[in-house]
Amino acid sequence: MGLFTSSLIKKYWMAATGLFLISFLVVHAGINAMIFFNDGGETFNEWGHFMGTNLIVRTMEIGLFLGLILHIVDGLMLYFQNRKARPIKYAYNKPSASSTWYSRSMALLGTLILIFLVIHLKDFWLKTRITGLSVEPSHVKIDGVMHENLFAEMLLVFQNPVAVVIYLLGCFSLFWHLFHGFRSAFQSLGLNHRKYASTIELAGSVFSVVISILFASMPVAMYLGWVK
Amino acid sequence: MSNGNMNLTLKVWRQSNSTAAGKMETYQLGGVSPDMSFLEMIDMLNEQIIRKGEDAIAFDHDCREGICGMCSMFINGEAHGPNRGVTTCQLHMRSFKDGDTIYIEPWRAEGFPVVKDLMVDRAAFDRIIQSGGFVSVNTSGRTMDANAIPIPKDDADKAFDAATCIGCGACVATCPNSSAMLFVSAKVSQFALLPQGHPERKERVTNMVKQMDEEGFGNCSNIGACEVQCPKNISIENIARMNREYFSAAVKPEN
Repeated sequence: MGLFTSSLIKKYWMAATGLFLISFLVVHAGINAMIFFNDGGETFNEWGHFMGTNLIVRTMEIGLFLGLILHIVDGLMLYFQNRKARPIKYAYNKPSASSTWYSRSMALLGTLILIFLVIHLKDFWLKTRITGLSVEPSHVKIDGVMHENLFAEMLLVFQNPVAVVIYLLGCFSLFWHLFHGFRSAFQSLGLNHRKYASTIELAGSVFSVVISILFASMPVAMYLGWVK
Repeated sequence: MSNGNMNLTLKVWRQSNSTAAGKMETYQLGGVSPDMSFLEMIDMLNEQIIRKGEDAIAFDHDCREGICGMCSMFINGEAHGPNRGVTTCQLHMRSFKDGDTIYIEPWRAEGFPVVKDLMVDRAAFDRIIQSGGFVSVNTSGRTMDANAIPIPKDDADKAFDAATCIGCGACVATCPNSSAMLFVSAKVSQFALLPQGHPERKERVTNMVKQMDEEGFGNCSNIGACEVQCPKNISIENIARMNREYFSAAVKPEN
């Protein structure tokens, strides 16, 4: 039984990496929410400094990229296999009678999120890790230690309304992807029982709403000058 | 019409054999009684076609009382038509109205090749059953009475619900991925829930999933369309159970 050959093992990988990426979203949203202290980004920059310099965090970042790549590759394999499983389409099909559009559109939503991620990584990850920030001055002194002024970089990026719209579209895709993906992961891992299925469903819905709105509120708050 | 009979436009998939290219053909049919079953309406259409000296529409059917799993039509974009919990033979023309256009197509899946017109070859399901969907018991005449083994009521009910699967293939037909997991999971579940099925449970799920994959069915993405259109209302809780069974077999193959 190979690691990827069986349909069910591919599902397990999809679910496991999906839940792992969900755990990352919690950390990411939690730290970014520090901007709402509205303290000129001091708390946020301190956390950003910690995340960028801590050896354990940096090692976990490699795991994060591997998890993301696995999720994408596995998802694409599933998508193409599923396409192949129906070589001739129905002349008249009414899928809306029995399922939701977003559950059928996970590959499309995932692709939109991937496009967003490329833009997002170019905006922030690439600058902090490799090319350096574009904002001037790029560093700020907090408690006598020089910190990269990621907060100022965020302010700069989100002055552009096009960037704000792209980030909102990213959050929109993420919402629907999570709305199906969260509960779907538990089903794939065999965790579906009438005792707790409704709790998982509720938790998934609440999580998708909260995380998407929290992320979406950041570019909006900065663009509108609520956070500065 | 005054007698309540209907005139219908029927668009039916016609394909002369498994290798020929098929296409949708349009037929007009009048005088259809709302009391007819869907298959009786097709019988009526076939009589009209035969009278014209043309080749009748081939379609699968047997018991016509909703239990054999032979009838298999994709009607107006849905497996077994617009009603829930019924097979095509139990669908009645009162579910349609005068002047309706009805699309009738065969199940579409790599694992279900079209034999002719609306008939598909569902031998893939037989091969999946042969790979593990059974219990090896002694049939020498000295078999133990099934009721002698205590089984929790809840397990017995769930096993029975899973066993009501008639193997019609509507789950595959309606699944956007042409996945057969509802069928396979029902067959895995009905044995996994009962003590008689326990000795072979791990090799059963492993072999049945392997055969399912080899037949070219797609992967489940938990869309849930299958349980909505299943004529026997089989729940996707069974798919979760199969996922557990398979996981347990993968990490510890022996019983």
